Amino acid sequence: MQEPVTVDRETANRELLDFVFAWPKWFFATTGLLGAVITLGLIIFLLLMIFGLQLFGYAHPVYWGFPVVNFVFWIGVSHAGIMVSAILRLAQAEWRRPVTRAAEVLTIFSLMTAMTFPIIHSGRPWRTLYWEFPYDWMRGIWPNPRSPLVWDPAAIFTYLTSTVMFVYIALLPDLALARDRVKNPIGKAVYGVLSLGFRGTTRQWRIQAIAGILLSALILPIFVSVHSIVSWDFAVTIIPGWHNTVFAPYFVIGAVHSGVSAVVTVMIIMRYAFGLKNFITKDHIDSLARLLIIVATVWLFFFMLDFMFGLYGTEPAEVDTWQRRLMEPPWTAIAIIFIITGYIIPVGAWLFRRVRRNFFLMFVTTILVNIGMWLERYMIVIPGLERKSNLTFQYGDYLPSAAEFGIIAAQLALVIAGFLVFSKLLPIMPAADIKEGQILRDEIKVGRARVPATMREA
Amino acid sequence: MSARDSDRKRELLGLYNEPDDAADAVSRLRGAGFGGTDIEIISATPYPEGAFGEQHAKHRLFAFPFAGAACGLAVAIAWHIGAQIALPIVTGGKPIVAVPAIIQVLYEGTMLGAVLFTVLGVLFESRLPDGIGVYDDRIADGLIGVSVMARERRIPDAQIALEEANAVDVLNKDGSLMRPAAASP
Repeated sequence: MQEPVTVDRETANRELLDFVFAWPKWFFATTGLLGAVITLGLIIFLLLMIFGLQLFGYAHPVYWGFPVVNFVFWIGVSHAGIMVSAILRLAQAEWRRPVTRAAEVLTIFSLMTAMTFPIIHSGRPWRTLYWEFPYDWMRGIWPNPRSPLVWDPAAIFTYLTSTVMFVYIALLPDLALARDRVKNPIGKAVYGVLSLGFRGTTRQWRIQAIAGILLSALILPIFVSVHSIVSWDFAVTIIPGWHNTVFAPYFVIGAVHSGVSAVVTVMIIMRYAFGLKNFITKDHIDSLARLLIIVATVWLFFFMLDFMFGLYGTEPAEVDTWQRRLMEPPWTAIAIIFIITGYIIPVGAWLFRRVRRNFFLMFVTTILVNIGMWLERYMIVIPGLERKSNLTFQYGDYLPSAAEFGIIAAQLALVIAGFLVFSKLLPIMPAADIKEGQILRDEIKVGRARVPATMREA
Repeated sequence: MSARDSDRKRELLGLYNEPDDAADAVSRLRGAGFGGTDIEIISATPYPEGAFGEQHAKHRLFAFPFAGAACGLAVAIAWHIGAQIALPIVTGGKPIVAVPAIIQVLYEGTMLGAVLFTVLGVLFESRLPDGIGVYDDRIADGLIGVSVMARERRIPDAQIALEEANAVDVLNKDGSLMRPAAASP
């Protein structure tokens, strides 16, 4: 680290809990605005239940549209959050300390948002429940428990539960800190109950350290399995453009690409909105940008594999799908935008140290990545379905409706609102972890240079 | 004081500004005959193990994920195979229980069990939830607490050991300040 976090204990306590105990005006304005957008989404959802999926721009044979694209997108964003946190914990990377909590919380809210999309996609939410838990025994109609559509809820439920548990265990010391610092008796009681009487004994700290590593080690395989299973929703079908063995790693690395970018975006917003300039430094985004260069390049490799495998077999349906994706309007334009925003501009920019250490440019480039990655999912889902096969007698193009755009806006607002409310109620940075970094931090003199020397717990 | 009262254990808490003073307090308490699980260090920040000369805490946290994984796998098998057998699905002559199609769910069940048991293990090994013992909010500001469980008749020894290590304050279980040992009658 060139620019380590250096704050004394008092400043750390004050600044990390400042937003939890303060009520800035912008918080009310922002939550009000987000609430309005979420309400709009709820109204659309209500209309959807009354009028059905005709509100969406589906046209035979395309019945998987924006909801499925967004499901894959938000699952992807959710992935890198926990991946960043877990890998950095396992690797005991010192610079992880201010990053982990925000990454984990982003995972929770994007995953919760992703879970709503299959329900919206079904058009009849009560039937979704029936497909998973066939409660109506008298009808004699049984869902197939072997369907890949059962894998998804199993994987996502496991992932969400594990992430919530992971965050809660890591939160215990900070809940105890909030309990000790809050003046309001109700707040003190609530934080007291939530912290479970955590006092910070040597035993509790020891178990905390081991728990972080143990839970990280358990969550990483779950993280890989979840997006693999999401990819199998497509890959186990016989739809051209979907039926591909490379889909699982391709989806996982794509998820990491969009998710790590989202973590950077969120951290930059937090730095300014929550006054965390002392904790989120240029070194953090620089380190994440270097990680992103590698991730993005691996993702591009898998994209090329997907393309190559599609053409290599010279199967007409596959070749047609790729021709549609790359050579026919409007897909050509979408493909160009997605490659430029998902890889060429950001990675080209991140090769320069000045860009990696510039908050504004990193904010812009990481947003671009997520625009590109969203378009990538759109390109995966729709063109394969838009193909006219032998028994397709009715044929139309899918054109997303205003209702679908409304749902997307509402879900984005839901993720931001969830993150904001969490940050208002609970410390968004692990105060104990950051203070531990201060205790262990030291510098040694090598020649005329002073370099960080950090002792780590084994 | 009856013999029963003098045998009852009470917790004292010494507060220190510096880790060195807290480590000194631990040494003095050991010298005064306190040891084992009687002495606890309380801090708002994790310090490296052994920084205060405290004993390493033994735990069995690593056993919990294995037990959880076994339970999770068992539940996933029972639920999934049970569903396939219970629901009258037409399989066209194929096996009723299809392992390749359920292996993903078995995997997720196993991992979920492992995570849930690990969390339970963390709470159990951290001795949580716990009605909070002797504590002071100033620990959150950076003071380091050294708590000692002492029998009533040994309270003065513990108090002296804590005070001689430059304690900022020595507190009773109820959080009240103890009168300095030198000023006690």
